[in-house]
Amino acid sequence: MSAGTDTRSVTRQVRPGESPAGPAAGPGKTPFSARLRRDWPLLVMAAPMLLLVTAFWWIPALGNVIAFQDYNPFTGGILGSPIIGFTNFAELFGDPQFLRAVVNTLGITAFQLVFYFPVPIALALLLNSVVSGKLRAFIQGVVYLPHFFSWVLVVAIFQQMFGGAGLIAQILRDHGYSGIDWMTNSDTFILLVTAETVWKDAGWGTIVFLAALSTIDQNLYEAAAVDGARRWRRMWHITLPGLRPVIVLLLILRLGDALNVGFEQFMLQRSAVGSKVSEVFDTFVYWSGLRTGDFGYGAAAGLFKGLVGLVLILVANKVAHALGERGVYSRS
Amino acid sequence: MSRKKVSGLAPWEEPGSVAGRIGKGGVLALIVLAVLLPLYTIVLTSLSPAETVNRVGGLVLVPDGITFDAYRQIFSDSVVSRAVLVSTGVTLVGTAISLGVSVLGAYALSRPGTLFHRPMLFCVLLMFVFFPGLIPTYLMVTSLGLKDSYWSLILPSAVSAFNVVVLRAFFMNIPHELLDSARIDGAGEFRILWRIVLPLSKAVTAVIGLFYAVGYWNAWFNAMLYIDDTRKWPLALVLRSYVVDSNPLPTATVGVNGFGHVAPPTLAIKMAIVSIAVLPALLIYPFVQRHFTKGVIIGAIKG
Repeated sequence: MSAGTDTRSVTRQVRPGESPAGPAAGPGKTPFSARLRRDWPLLVMAAPMLLLVTAFWWIPALGNVIAFQDYNPFTGGILGSPIIGFTNFAELFGDPQFLRAVVNTLGITAFQLVFYFPVPIALALLLNSVVSGKLRAFIQGVVYLPHFFSWVLVVAIFQQMFGGAGLIAQILRDHGYSGIDWMTNSDTFILLVTAETVWKDAGWGTIVFLAALSTIDQNLYEAAAVDGARRWRRMWHITLPGLRPVIVLLLILRLGDALNVGFEQFMLQRSAVGSKVSEVFDTFVYWSGLRTGDFGYGAAAGLFKGLVGLVLILVANKVAHALGERGVYSRS
Repeated sequence: MSRKKVSGLAPWEEPGSVAGRIGKGGVLALIVLAVLLPLYTIVLTSLSPAETVNRVGGLVLVPDGITFDAYRQIFSDSVVSRAVLVSTGVTLVGTAISLGVSVLGAYALSRPGTLFHRPMLFCVLLMFVFFPGLIPTYLMVTSLGLKDSYWSLILPSAVSAFNVVVLRAFFMNIPHELLDSARIDGAGEFRILWRIVLPLSKAVTAVIGLFYAVGYWNAWFNAMLYIDDTRKWPLALVLRSYVVDSNPLPTATVGVNGFGHVAPPTLAIKMAIVSIAVLPALLIYPFVQRHFTKGVIIGAIKG
């Protein structure tokens, strides 16, 4: 999740930094032809990017009209398929598998909000308290590493550790206990998924918090220490208030991203634990749309998710902006 | 936690209690172990001889002889070696395309007030808030005839809005007097980008390149969607099929190989595939890692 949330905090905060650089006259002052003559190299530079964005973002985004069609790629295509209005959506809301996907997605988001979200904060505080710079850099290097592994790799590694033939079960068996296969146990699937997420991304997630910690004025600590505040009081009264704006921002952005719990992680483990616990929004779109060939139906599910996600993100951004303006910028 | 570190404290800072420091050290050691131990035992198992693996009956924790049989077996088998080639090629070509397109695009977007600046920026920023959906994207890729083509692994994911925005933020922080003076000297935009902007942004470009490369090397989902032909499988699909799902490798049959040795155990072969998948990240990582905190992320956050 960290990459996703970082992302948005970046876009939001880039805007205030915009300054007119280069030969930037205000629009309207220079005639169009003169601006074109001046700026055409920039347009040429942007062209490949815009072409790719058009092909793989704009056209698919507009292609969502098939959600309102009884789409058949062979007989009609996007122009010839009959328009059926909201039939796909009506069917969707009556589909028990879809409702299960919604419930699972929201359940996993809520669970990880409690059991994943605080982990990077705690880890950042722990790292920040390591005095030796070299040791700290080493530990940071180690904990960032799993972020660069693919989900296939993470699942494979967890399988070798916690699976029925994995390291833990093997050690337990050697000592006369019976091993447990965590990888195929659907009751503990949510724990497994969260553990995998922590292992992969908790270290990387500390970056934002470490950056925020580095901006806290060290004089505050000294003044507090002189006034007799011990370690824990300093953390409570200086460190945590210093982190609060970032925590609030990331929390709100995570809520705005509530429908995204990842895709590969669940696809990969679906056959091991069954769809009852592993069906989430994105896997539902895949199975209902691509696997069964009911493209219109799958597109409807995808469009529903996209639109709800859009609304959530815009609302979250508004809230974050309101809070962020006061919190993040007041110090600098 | 040694004495030396205590001396690194500020004068007003009281040293923590001994128990507290031991506890903290213990937790940190556990965290480091949780990341490194799985990697250690996986690599070790892939390098262990058959007798050791069979005696332990699973992953090897204590080294007892080293052999490259598993790797020899894998690379004599066309499935894995072909997949390594495919993944390497896709990663190299994809990263080059992505980095080129993103650097050009980010530079083009780095100057507010230029022609079409706002609509173009809007175009990119919109990618953050809305995902067009799996099905329409799939239909678009297939209608371009990219099914079973390596381009399906590159083009749909070639532009990351996040990376473009990070690059753009860096380019915008370059003092524009520098660019202006070059312009007065008659340099064109391409020359300015190549001679002035890029040399000043080496760190961020390296990190963004790493992000793209890691993305391509790790990509599993696009390959699963678009590549049906097993001969075109990248490593991620091979990893899924033979390691996660435990399908038998076609030629890695048990028995005797050409040297009269017993063939390496399946587990060692699987762990060798995992090791190969991990390797590139481990190799490049140390060179780029030092830029993470100082370079990209903090810069991006502070805008």
